[in-house]
Amino acid sequence: MNDDFYRSGGPIADTKAPSGPIEDRWTRRKFEAKLVNPANKRKKKIIIIGTGLAGGSAGATLGEAGYHVQQFCFQDSPRRAHSIAAQGGINAAKNYRNDGDSVHRLFYDTVKGGDFRARESNVHRLAEISTQIIDQCVAQGVPFAREYGGLLDNRSFGGTQVSRTFYARGQTGQQLLLGAYQALMRQVEAGNVELYPRHEMLDLIMEDGRARGVVVRNLINGEIKHYTADAVVLASGGYGNVYFLSTNAMGSNVTASWRAHRHGALFANPCYTQIHPTCIPVSGDHQSKLTLMSESLRNDGRVWVPKKGGDGRRPSDIPEDERDYYLERIYPSFGNLVPRDIASRAAKNVCDEGRGVGPGGLGVYLDFADAIARLGRGTVEAKYGNLFEMYERITGENPYDTPMRIYPAVHYTMGGLWVDYDLQSNIPGLFVIGEANFSDHGANRLGASALMQGLADGYFVLPNTIGDYIARNDLPPVAGTAVAEAETRVTSQIERLLSIDGDRSVDSFHRELGHIMWEYCGMERTEEGLRKALTLIPELRAEFWTRVKVTGKGEELNQQLEKAGRVADFLELGELMVIDALHRTESCGGHFRAESQDEDGEAKRDDDRFGYVAAWEWAGEGEQPVLHKEDLDFEYVKPTQRSYK
Amino acid sequence: MKLTLRVWRQSGPRDKGAMVEYKLADISPDASFLEMLDVLNERLIASGEEPVAFDHDCREGICGMCSLVINGTPHGPERATTTCQLHMRKFKDGEVIDVEPWRARAFPVVKDLVVDRSAFDRIIQSGGFITAPTGTAPEAHSTPVPKPDADAAFEAAECIGCGACVAACPNGSAALFLGAKVTHLGLVPQGQPERWDRVVSMLDTHDGEGFGGCTNTGECTVACPKGIPLDVIGRLNHDYLKATAGGKKK
Repeated sequence: MNDDFYRSGGPIADTKAPSGPIEDRWTRRKFEAKLVNPANKRKKKIIIIGTGLAGGSAGATLGEAGYHVQQFCFQDSPRRAHSIAAQGGINAAKNYRNDGDSVHRLFYDTVKGGDFRARESNVHRLAEISTQIIDQCVAQGVPFAREYGGLLDNRSFGGTQVSRTFYARGQTGQQLLLGAYQALMRQVEAGNVELYPRHEMLDLIMEDGRARGVVVRNLINGEIKHYTADAVVLASGGYGNVYFLSTNAMGSNVTASWRAHRHGALFANPCYTQIHPTCIPVSGDHQSKLTLMSESLRNDGRVWVPKKGGDGRRPSDIPEDERDYYLERIYPSFGNLVPRDIASRAAKNVCDEGRGVGPGGLGVYLDFADAIARLGRGTVEAKYGNLFEMYERITGENPYDTPMRIYPAVHYTMGGLWVDYDLQSNIPGLFVIGEANFSDHGANRLGASALMQGLADGYFVLPNTIGDYIARNDLPPVAGTAVAEAETRVTSQIERLLSIDGDRSVDSFHRELGHIMWEYCGMERTEEGLRKALTLIPELRAEFWTRVKVTGKGEELNQQLEKAGRVADFLELGELMVIDALHRTESCGGHFRAESQDEDGEAKRDDDRFGYVAAWEWAGEGEQPVLHKEDLDFEYVKPTQRSYK
Repeated sequence: MKLTLRVWRQSGPRDKGAMVEYKLADISPDASFLEMLDVLNERLIASGEEPVAFDHDCREGICGMCSLVINGTPHGPERATTTCQLHMRKFKDGEVIDVEPWRARAFPVVKDLVVDRSAFDRIIQSGGFITAPTGTAPEAHSTPVPKPDADAAFEAAECIGCGACVAACPNGSAALFLGAKVTHLGLVPQGQPERWDRVVSMLDTHDGEGFGGCTNTGECTVACPKGIPLDVIGRLNHDYLKATAGGKKK
């Protein structure tokens, strides 16, 4: 059935996932892959966009394998990719705690945690590789937390009942990224990787239906240049900044993915946005971003609000029996460790009831008083000290004495470019890894699983699958016409942005788009709200192209111009997110449709009608996008309503 | 809050550059320093002027991209704080604030407050890693690391590579940055095989990039937003001497 805001296209038939027992699929795929002769690898060029956990690890591994890699990032150094800010940890099915963990259990937890909207084959592979990732990172010298006996320490994390999360205090992402960065730097020194920091990909070069290169802008001097290759890898991260306020770095953007989408790469599940439950609440209009407090805090912190609404007392003046430890009350078996979507919605609900705390009533307490009494302040400090410090710096409150205040915020996007089992998009030669693809997290992401996916894709999956593509295809040199066309598209868009010379700043458009997205396509969505957003976004986009003011010139460092191009893409992506959210009339993972809930107000999935990946095809500016469905089969983990009670 | 900002404006590497004064009113004390600059830029754009270019990204104190010498101090007056985590409540109403880029020969100015820190990447390229090809790693538990060593290695590894140490140093030395990496990798068993070659080649690159020598003034550790301790420089010197005078390096 076609709705009035999109068109239906054919189904996605082939995901290239091997058949047979799930435990053997990855082994089989690796064996069946055609190999590139080591002497030929030197002659093969691969372009990688992005240097985070996925891109950095892929660059290091492909360089080491002998390919000629050209790698680009918009930051001044690969070490600054936003993976650096991940705090909590990385999962691996090592079963070092003898608590019943296994590859199968990690697989099971991840499929279930994704609310049955991920592909089983991919998730199983992720769980298998998880153990190798830890080995690899330890060998690189990543200083994971250790026990006194010298062995690795673990902790448990949101959504799981086993202790399988490896961590480096509250800075696991930083240490893992530095490991990948150092490995990448080693390949730069060896001459296998050419590095281009402060360069932004602005278009894809296509020839004969294949991705054959990129057009980039040198952000220092504005020079537009092209690079051609045998394959292109996008490792350009997520698009949570469409909401303006999010936990993403300020530069995180959708441009690389979006420009590929405009060439025909399908964009899958764009509305699947993860809302993280433990962020520092918004304090005022000046705010430019939200800061995450690691989810590991929920391991020892207890979440509560006053029982009665409008209770203005200080937290220490509210006696125990007048507090509502609502997660422990509603979800006794998981308590404070329920998955992120459940914790976020529960926080929103108590605040909507008028029981929220702090400015504007948009906050709940995360209280460490019990943990400090039980473990001692020293232990709590050793585990979470830097997070406590960060909290105090931002809010001016000391969390050792008074409970932290937290509220949900946009954190991670599970949607992204559609990829097959080989992590190749539907455009041959265009591979997409890490947060930029859609494949492994389903409709929701468990804690400590994004770092795992980024490194699995970059160190282990892509290096095995990209060679198969290169070995099987004859890739002649790229003709000048394809390059010239792509460069013209880039320069004409830049000229257009600079020539409008309107009266509104780029940021003012971004903020306004963010308000629309959060209000109508945020934690809770309704048909009415989404339809309203579908009229507001095109209006805002039209206004952008007539009123935006981009200062400066194209041939210089111009941060306004950089932002303008990204916001232009967000204005198109935002509409697609709304369309995706509107067509999916079920609640699923972090995507809660008010019309689809059970009697207890819990999210209600509709597996019969929506057990698929929604992959959208670009149909042109102002045209209705075309929906292609990839049906999901669950052979090993039977869909059940999730219950954490 | 009302503020007077004196900001370094420089259109490009060859421009001479100068301090330019701006008056700001209605700044929230809860705003971060960078959010205050966002407000300044919005007003500059509205009045048809060029906004101030400055580097920033995660705004969570971890990516190391933000810089700025504020009232003569890298990352501003608060100890162990990056510029993005510095809040306006730390300043007085009516205060005059000077904002300048990192100043060091090895960090040339690109534009306004933006400098080129790629020399740090080249120092890491010359040996700041452990050679561990992917897929060859032994089981993680096969190499125990004593907890005190792991903790000390972690503390050194916390360096975010922002370059405040260089900006604070009267000699423009990057010894703290270099010492942090040499200490991190030198404290874990995995880092031992390359330990002596690493320190020599990294120090050679450091000097070749135009960073100055260390004379133990200690300004670096005071400016460091991550509190990297001065003793990492002691370890750097120790390892360098042992590698060269001690004949460890071939």
